[in-house]
Amino acid sequence: MPIRKVMKANEAAAWAAKLAKPKVIAAFPITPSTLVPEKISEFVADGELDAEFIKVESEHSAISACVGASAAGVRTFTATASQGLALMHEILFIAAGMRLPIVIAVGNRALSAPINIWNDWQDTISERDTGWLQFYAENNQEALDLILIAYKVAENEKVLLPAMVGFDAFILTHTVEPVEIPDQELVDEFLGEYEPKYAYLDPSRPITQGTLAFPAHYMEARYTVWEANENARKVIDEAFAEFEKRFGRKYQKIEEYRTDDAEIIFVTMGSLAGTVKEYVDHLREQGIKVGAAKMTVYRPFPIEEVRALAKKAKVIALLEKNITFSVGGALFQDFSRALINESEKPKIVDFILGLGGRDVTFRDLDEALAIAQKALNGEAVDEVNWIGLRKEIL
Amino acid sequence: MAESPFKADIERVQKEYSEKMTPGAIATIPGSSVVNKTGSWRVFMPEFNRDKCVRCYLCYIYCPEPAIYLDEENYPVFDYDYCKGCGVCANECPTDAIIMVRETK
Ligand code: SF4
Ligand code: SF4
Repeated sequence: MPIRKVMKANEAAAWAAKLAKPKVIAAFPITPSTLVPEKISEFVADGELDAEFIKVESEHSAISACVGASAAGVRTFTATASQGLALMHEILFIAAGMRLPIVIAVGNRALSAPINIWNDWQDTISERDTGWLQFYAENNQEALDLILIAYKVAENEKVLLPAMVGFDAFILTHTVEPVEIPDQELVDEFLGEYEPKYAYLDPSRPITQGTLAFPAHYMEARYTVWEANENARKVIDEAFAEFEKRFGRKYQKIEEYRTDDAEIIFVTMGSLAGTVKEYVDHLREQGIKVGAAKMTVYRPFPIEEVRALAKKAKVIALLEKNITFSVGGALFQDFSRALINESEKPKIVDFILGLGGRDVTFRDLDEALAIAQKALNGEAVDEVNWIGLRKEIL
Repeated sequence: MAESPFKADIERVQKEYSEKMTPGAIATIPGSSVVNKTGSWRVFMPEFNRDKCVRCYLCYIYCPEPAIYLDEENYPVFDYDYCKGCGVCANECPTDAIIMVRETK
């Protein structure tokens, strides 16, 4: 029987790692995800997880150790956030290019400067071009589940890409909720053993990994990373379906909430989705036709699902805790790409909010709604809007 | 010019590598250094004067690639596919049998 325990998302991530039985965990502490490796080191010390726990001197080394271990042919895990993830940056490309299915848990946190340890998504969003798969959890249960799903997808032969699972700093990492811990046996059946076909060390079968590629081969190698990302779309759907069958919890790349007759759909990710669903309920009581959609999968970007969503609304209001300079938020660019050649498309309005742990309140959402309603009425609005900005101190 | 003694190896590796890109661009058999022809980025190339050579093999020993092998009469032969033009051989040669000349393509 699965057991239910009250825990933080950090612990949920550690439990997910324990259930996935990685052979090597390498980690360096960083706020807000320090508790993840701490908890795993307890599991290892208590003999509950049979793994090599490598204490490294930086995140750069943590991911490098994971690359080495994964290239040797075993399941690996690490956790980080913010500057720690940024310090991994160059190795993230290497992990994806070498097609190593490493899984990272990321406590989504703002980037310096100024130094800020609180939540936004700038850390993982900044790594969207590395080739890694990206999942975002709304709550602690999702943090656990998505890590298991991430392994399932990452290790699929058609994918073989590393994956990161983001959960909001403090809002989730340090807040307790009841989380169901699935049975080990069921997880074992779901994930199976990691048996790499190519990337493993065997002295009787010498290979070279991390090769040099001249111009004659580099482009093809990069294309295969692109192709693997494309393949991941279908594999993710299959993994979600299988997860639902075994564990009863349903996941979708884009989860819709009260969208059917909605004129305005708020799209967001992570824990903010919970707030937005509440807000939608609140507006619906007033007869305002709004819906919400949550991006569970951000890379590969679910283009088809976005197109289907866009058909349902007159205005898509993107609520983003990240900023991509000159063009707005990252979702704004991605949605633009998905919809640019559609014959009929909704207006897309972008909202930047909640950076660096700023609370997103109903009052902020009212501000966004007012702009979205203007757009709905055909009035001109700014494409990119900063919500809750304290203009008086600027 | 005498044929490279590694011709068969080179052909085997080249065939393997040109067939299919593996996930992660893994080289599934050893020998990727054979396929990656370092000679392509050379600016200067060694020019060999057989008459001056005393067959001391210093060039052969010092070549870092190693792009020098010996022919049937034990004279050095330069494999320009892999010679990267570093000039070590020319510097080591006691008789100036090797000089570096600018390569034109
Ligand atoms: S120039 Fe350098 S690489 Fe070329 S043959 Fe001489 S020592 Fe070898
Ligand atoms: S170092 Fe000069 S003399 Fe000696 S073998 Fe080479 S070319 Fe001949």
